[in-house]
Amino acid sequence: MSRRIRMLVLGPALAGFGALFAWAIAGLPAFGDYRGPYGFVLNRVVVPMRHTTNVVMGTTFDVRGVDTMGEEFILYAAVVGVTLLLRDETRSRQAERRTRRLPNETVRLVGVVMVGAGLLVGLWLMAFGYITPGGGFQGGVLAAGAILLLYVVGSHRDFRPFRNEHFLDPLEGVGAGGYAIVGLAALLSGTAFLTNLFGLGRTGTLLSSGSIAILNWASAIAVTCAMLLLFAEFLETYVVPLEPEDAGS
Amino acid sequence: MVLATLAPLQAVAFGLVALGAPLVVLTRDPLRQALVNGIYGVSLVCLFVVLQAPDPALSMLVVSGVGYPLVILAAIARVRGKEPGEEKKEDDEP
Repeated sequence: MSRRIRMLVLGPALAGFGALFAWAIAGLPAFGDYRGPYGFVLNRVVVPMRHTTNVVMGTTFDVRGVDTMGEEFILYAAVVGVTLLLRDETRSRQAERRTRRLPNETVRLVGVVMVGAGLLVGLWLMAFGYITPGGGFQGGVLAAGAILLLYVVGSHRDFRPFRNEHFLDPLEGVGAGGYAIVGLAALLSGTAFLTNLFGLGRTGTLLSSGSIAILNWASAIAVTCAMLLLFAEFLETYVVPLEPEDAGS
Repeated sequence: MVLATLAPLQAVAFGLVALGAPLVVLTRDPLRQALVNGIYGVSLVCLFVVLQAPDPALSMLVVSGVGYPLVILAAIARVRGKEPGEEKKEDDEP
């Protein structure tokens, strides 16, 4: 298809989309004008009912906990898919031989400090997810990213314990399955799926919010392992084909 | 007092996002694009913070700052590794 024909197709399509988009924007409620009742209701009831000071977490892990479980299993399914496509035992052994280190000491020093700082902030986000903004997902990705920095500033060998699939696979299962088990425990005790069974504790402390805290930790484990597995599979797949060239240069 | 400063801040944050998005699209070099995309992600984080949504801001921060760039960078490393000569030639062209 020539450029001219492509432009002829693009022109009307773009104009049509632009018109519809402008129409949609014009029909939006005014900026900052929130109408729905749910936000107002949640803001009023979540803190007294669930003793969590982060209403977002109270919503995602309790009020609509089943949706969050679905989201968690979407990530789980994605990681399983990537693993099935990319995992290759011989390649992971090859990847290990690549141990070129960063030449600049200052960059490595800053990197090492960032590994510790990132891990600390990640754990903090996980632990205090139901008290202040944060949570299992954010903390998990950050912690996994900090661990990945080990690969950047160190070598594939330093990173090895954190890409051990015999350790990560079961842990990923524990995280994802733990969420479902908390839900099933409520079902077994005769109430609805994912009912908040555990003691609610004192508002604003780490020992509060009942099952939200447990679900938060389950998703933190699941997300951390999922990201580490993803990083490991991608690194193995992408790094190894470079090997012969590195050896040559 | 805080509310009075919020509206201009929101306008600045929206402006940064509106400026950043075309920049990402118009960057042709994939490696540079990954970096520009990360900076664009930070501008979105600023927008979420200004709009008082800290949880999505944190999610955006870790996704655009940690998760997404790695996948892109790894893919670029692989493509470059396969055809280093071609990529170089394209870069040199004015």
